[in-house]
Amino acid sequence: MPWDRNQMAERAAAELQDGWYVNLGIGIPTLVANYTGDKEITLQSENGMLGMGPFPYEGEEDPDLINAGKQTITELNRTAYFDSATSFGMIRGGKIAAAILGAMEVAENGDLANWMIPGKLVKGMGGAMDLVAGVPRVIVVMDHTNKHGESKLLRECTLPLTGAGVVDRIITNLGVLDVVEGGLKIVETAEGVSEDDIRAATEATIV
Amino acid sequence: MKKVYGSAQEALDGLLFDGMFIAAGGFGLCGIPELLLQAIKEAGTKDLTFASNNAGVDDFGIGILLQTRQVKKMISSYVGENAEFMRQYLSGELELEFNPQGTLAERMRAGGCGIPGFYTKTGVGTVIAEGKEHKEFDGETYIMERGLVADLSIVKAWKADDTGNLIFRKTARNFNPPAAMCGKVCVAEVEEIVPRGSLDPDLIHLPGIYVHRIVQGEHEKRIEQRTTRKREDA
Repeated sequence: MPWDRNQMAERAAAELQDGWYVNLGIGIPTLVANYTGDKEITLQSENGMLGMGPFPYEGEEDPDLINAGKQTITELNRTAYFDSATSFGMIRGGKIAAAILGAMEVAENGDLANWMIPGKLVKGMGGAMDLVAGVPRVIVVMDHTNKHGESKLLRECTLPLTGAGVVDRIITNLGVLDVVEGGLKIVETAEGVSEDDIRAATEATIV
Repeated sequence: MKKVYGSAQEALDGLLFDGMFIAAGGFGLCGIPELLLQAIKEAGTKDLTFASNNAGVDDFGIGILLQTRQVKKMISSYVGENAEFMRQYLSGELELEFNPQGTLAERMRAGGCGIPGFYTKTGVGTVIAEGKEHKEFDGETYIMERGLVADLSIVKAWKADDTGNLIFRKTARNFNPPAAMCGKVCVAEVEEIVPRGSLDPDLIHLPGIYVHRIVQGEHEKRIEQRTTRKREDA
């Protein structure tokens, strides 16, 4: 059985080490926060916060306290706030240990595309280009194939890039792959999924 | 020198002109200078270029200046929440320059610090790098980005004293300090102007040297995405 969204998030959470400062993207990456267990993981929100807490209780929403997805959130007893230039200073400066984010396409050389589809409505890259360029470990969590059943792990990205050669590891519903010299390397398969299943579903070179 | 003004209109008096470049603080609808934007709408200043992370929503934030066609160009990282923006952009009425969010913040900070350009890895190998100077440092490729200097900065803070020392609240700080720094003139709207001496000097977020005019007012502080969790029954 391929992993579902929560299982992918749980697998991604296993990548994180106690004490790490981490930035989580929107979608499945957001769910990773539910699976960090006893590890002290400090979540960064790039609009200017370290130590992001859960959603507020009804009636306790604060318009001055939102995450990068513009959702109301809460603070923790170790939270720190700062401005956007400082926030991206810590991102660009490599202080954030890992970024977990979604993607439309990943190429076998680590190229990542997740911000625009030509001809469709372009909303902007937000902080994605800064994150993938500055954070030392970039982990992509996404479905292995698109809604047409085509591989999202490609020899070359067809969409405009968010970053060139930036992805380290990819966690899909079928398993875990690393970007290595010459292509992608399967490091783990979901239970009941074989390496051959992954090869069959992948356009990128598997080494 | 008196920095405190009685209204947003008065605080902007003599500063606005057609075709000007304005840097605005805020992230989404959080910490935006809503009173000053409304005053710019009422002033009718045209052909504005805005450096602002977002463009508001249709009827709030910079969105209100899009409705009146006062904006010529946006320099932003994300503009997804605004239908009128998209209509004007797709029809060619509105110019749009996408900047990566951190690059935009640093362009403002740098401009305010007298740094005309800086090198960053952000955007290398993407459309953002096209036409920009590339340079290698220690075996890694960087692109040059320019500092921004605006004719006017408009920002929102929580508290100010009458000398313009500012304190922001939670994530409403966001782009406000760098936006304030990059303006030749900066006007700040605040929720409360407190007596001189009542702010702890160790806890000032933005020193008054960057702030030329201050106005106090009531803020709507609209929430863009209200997300909550259920209280578990005890």
